[in-house]
Amino acid sequence: MASSPRSFMNDMSRRGFLKSSATAAGGLVIACYLPGCSKPEEVAKQSGPPKLVKANAFLQIGTDGSITMFCDKSEMGQGVYTALPTLLAEELGVAPTAIKVEFAPPGNEYVNKLLGAQATGGSTSVREAWDKIRMAGAEARTRLIAAAAKEWGAPPQSCTVADGYVLFTSRRASFGELAEAAAAMPAPQNVQVKGSNEFKYVGKTLPRLDTPSKVDGSAQFGIDMRLPGMLYAALAQPPELGGAVKSFNADKAKAMPGVREVLQTSSGVAVVADTWWQAKTARDALDIQWSPGATAKLNNASIYAGLKTASGGKGLDVRKEGDVEAGWKSNSRRVEATYELPMLAHATLEPQNCTVEFRDDGCHVYAPTQVQQMSQAAAAKAAGLPPEKVFVHTTFLGGGFGRRLDVDFVPAAVECAKAMNKPVKLLWTREDDTTHDKYRPPARNTLSAAFDGNGKLNTVKVHLVAPSVTARWAPGAVPQGTPDPFAIEAAHNFPYEAPNLHIDYVQHEVGLDVGYWRSVSHALNCFTIESFMDELAAEAQIDPVEFRRSLLTKQPRWLAVLDVAARKAGWGKPPAGRHQGVALMSGYDSYLAQVAEISLEGDKLKVHRIVCAVDCGQMVNPGIVQTQAEGGIIFGLTAALFSEINVTNGKVQEQNFDTYRLLRMNESPVIEVHLLNSDEKPGGMGEPTVALVAPAVCNAIYAATRKRLRKLPIVKQGFVV
Amino acid sequence: MIKLTVNGQPRDVDVSGDTPLLWVLRDSLGLTGTKYGCGMSLCGACTVHVEGAPTRACITPVESVAGKAITTVEGLSSDRSHPVQKAWMEIDVPQCGYCQSGQIMSAAALLKQNPKPTDADIDAAMSGNICRCGTYPRIRKAIHRAAAIAAGATGREGG
Repeated sequence: MASSPRSFMNDMSRRGFLKSSATAAGGLVIACYLPGCSKPEEVAKQSGPPKLVKANAFLQIGTDGSITMFCDKSEMGQGVYTALPTLLAEELGVAPTAIKVEFAPPGNEYVNKLLGAQATGGSTSVREAWDKIRMAGAEARTRLIAAAAKEWGAPPQSCTVADGYVLFTSRRASFGELAEAAAAMPAPQNVQVKGSNEFKYVGKTLPRLDTPSKVDGSAQFGIDMRLPGMLYAALAQPPELGGAVKSFNADKAKAMPGVREVLQTSSGVAVVADTWWQAKTARDALDIQWSPGATAKLNNASIYAGLKTASGGKGLDVRKEGDVEAGWKSNSRRVEATYELPMLAHATLEPQNCTVEFRDDGCHVYAPTQVQQMSQAAAAKAAGLPPEKVFVHTTFLGGGFGRRLDVDFVPAAVECAKAMNKPVKLLWTREDDTTHDKYRPPARNTLSAAFDGNGKLNTVKVHLVAPSVTARWAPGAVPQGTPDPFAIEAAHNFPYEAPNLHIDYVQHEVGLDVGYWRSVSHALNCFTIESFMDELAAEAQIDPVEFRRSLLTKQPRWLAVLDVAARKAGWGKPPAGRHQGVALMSGYDSYLAQVAEISLEGDKLKVHRIVCAVDCGQMVNPGIVQTQAEGGIIFGLTAALFSEINVTNGKVQEQNFDTYRLLRMNESPVIEVHLLNSDEKPGGMGEPTVALVAPAVCNAIYAATRKRLRKLPIVKQGFVV
Repeated sequence: MIKLTVNGQPRDVDVSGDTPLLWVLRDSLGLTGTKYGCGMSLCGACTVHVEGAPTRACITPVESVAGKAITTVEGLSSDRSHPVQKAWMEIDVPQCGYCQSGQIMSAAALLKQNPKPTDADIDAAMSGNICRCGTYPRIRKAIHRAAAIAAGATGREGG
């Protein structure tokens, strides 16, 4: 050891340490606030507010010992407000509850390395944070220890941290006392994160940090923003997607109570009033002439006819193995099927909204957003300011599901606040939200397969046709000649053994904006592939689970989840009158299997139970993983049973929850989620369970009826729920 | 001027009598725990109690509740001590949390009227409240738990 314990008793260093502590930490100063010491006002002057020391982009330690995390991901229910601080807490040796969480501002240091943009999406949050946030915590811990060790003359490797203190023998110093010295230490070398065997918080089901504020109404969503002098805005948007304002008469609206202004924005006509109800009521009284725009002739029929035509073309290769043409020609026992998937709305329960205030330092944007830098850029453009003059404050999100990866609700709020020179909260109605979404792409996928003379699967062709979200959302991001990776999910990793395999993707735009929708193309491609595997099992006259198992001998993680789901569901032995269907998928580095159990009375369908096995690698908080799996299943079941967006003459027909039906408590099945133990790297869990529900349920319907559903939603295929 | 009693406090509001209670609570009184989801009594996010009965504030004209006792999620307890809030925290029900004020108010009203609800009772009372995140299994579990908490906590008001 470099120095003996005796050296810690060195009076000089101890005095020096106390002195620096006294100035840095309020605690010691306040201890002096006694009769005979300085007058209270002098103490107050001396101590002042605690100094906030930024340890790195994600962590700030106050000289009062407070620990703040700048959470670079948006909380939309998936649990980042708890999981990410838990990773930081683990390395700092403090309880997650000791960390105050703030949402990070726009900044390059917060770009999501898995997405290449500052974005919360793609079930990347924990996957991306796993190393990054633990390193941020470990780096800060190393510095805090180094600062204390230096002060004490102690060997750093003999110091430990616990509950906000650095400890060595009987000595201790709080993070608050050490914060400034730690920040001044040279960048540490060889920062070590904890091994999983040392985890105290990671891997345990700890309470969510946002729950208390979500049971007493205090959690602040975007819609809840209130600023002094704030006005409220409602926006009339073109009824035909892509339309524009031709002219409008606001006389009637302007005469209505509380109305301050009616103004044309880049996206429609806004009414600004003293209350939102006044703004909305006056908006409904506006007389607006619209130019319909290019999508005015768009109809469901033309959308699906376009996909069908595009399906005749050759796509971009996703995978090509063996000799598909030869395999196809030489084997005549074939199965072919085409599946069609509808467009869907996100239907976040909190409608799109944005609050904006111009202040001396620039434009402040309060938004429930999944993309801080994109919100900043959109607001900057609308405000006519450079991005650095726009400050984006992220609120809690009342659901995200990919909807808030778009920022179309930001500019009009900026325009209103600028015109009024007052804070303005702009809120869409439910109908605005349903009719002006960025819809989940429709798809038309054709699958073909041939068995050889021995009944073995020989050739598989997967031909995917759908618009590309990425082409719109990040133009130029996908290199020419390569498929949008967010269009081929759950297809590119086709796991089943077949000597000859060809997967290709035709990008076909349908004439309206499409968006990332929870589980993105997994929902399209898992439905088609897992339905098709069931069709192949039926052709082969083999049990669907056995059939899949026989083709997964080299895929241990796929097999493991399939086996667990089948066993837990009692596969092959459903209760009397019930029928089972299975589906399998890997996505977001997670592996999943689901078994759905249904019954039919005539055409009346009831989904009784869904059993889901999950291998998502190492987990930060298994309880949150469980809730994401459960919630995703309900989200997926909603879509499978009910959801579709229909377009007539450029207008979306669905408006509110009477026409865009969402699953309710009485329709919710029993859900059982089984989490497999795994030492693999963490997989994403915000989205994947969504995608397996439709094929599992439709395969169960086939088991019950021998009727194969190749289109969704189920209520449009001759069944009622 | 319309005279209201919200969470036990007299409140006077100067709004048109046909304004939905939801917007009076949120915009005039700053009680933003009560949420807007649909405006048509389809989702239950705006559920409050009027004289103890679960009521969709989004379609309730404010003049129709003048003088009646209105309770919002902020008034359910001052310290998250209502059995429903306790059970919600114990079971970690909320995900995004947006619908949860409405869910909690519906659940509290159910338990007041029916201290030991069955699953069928829960279906009947809660199917007007949509949760887009899909917390239904946990809501069901938490209502049963809240019933047990309320039953155990003698002397505490159950609703």
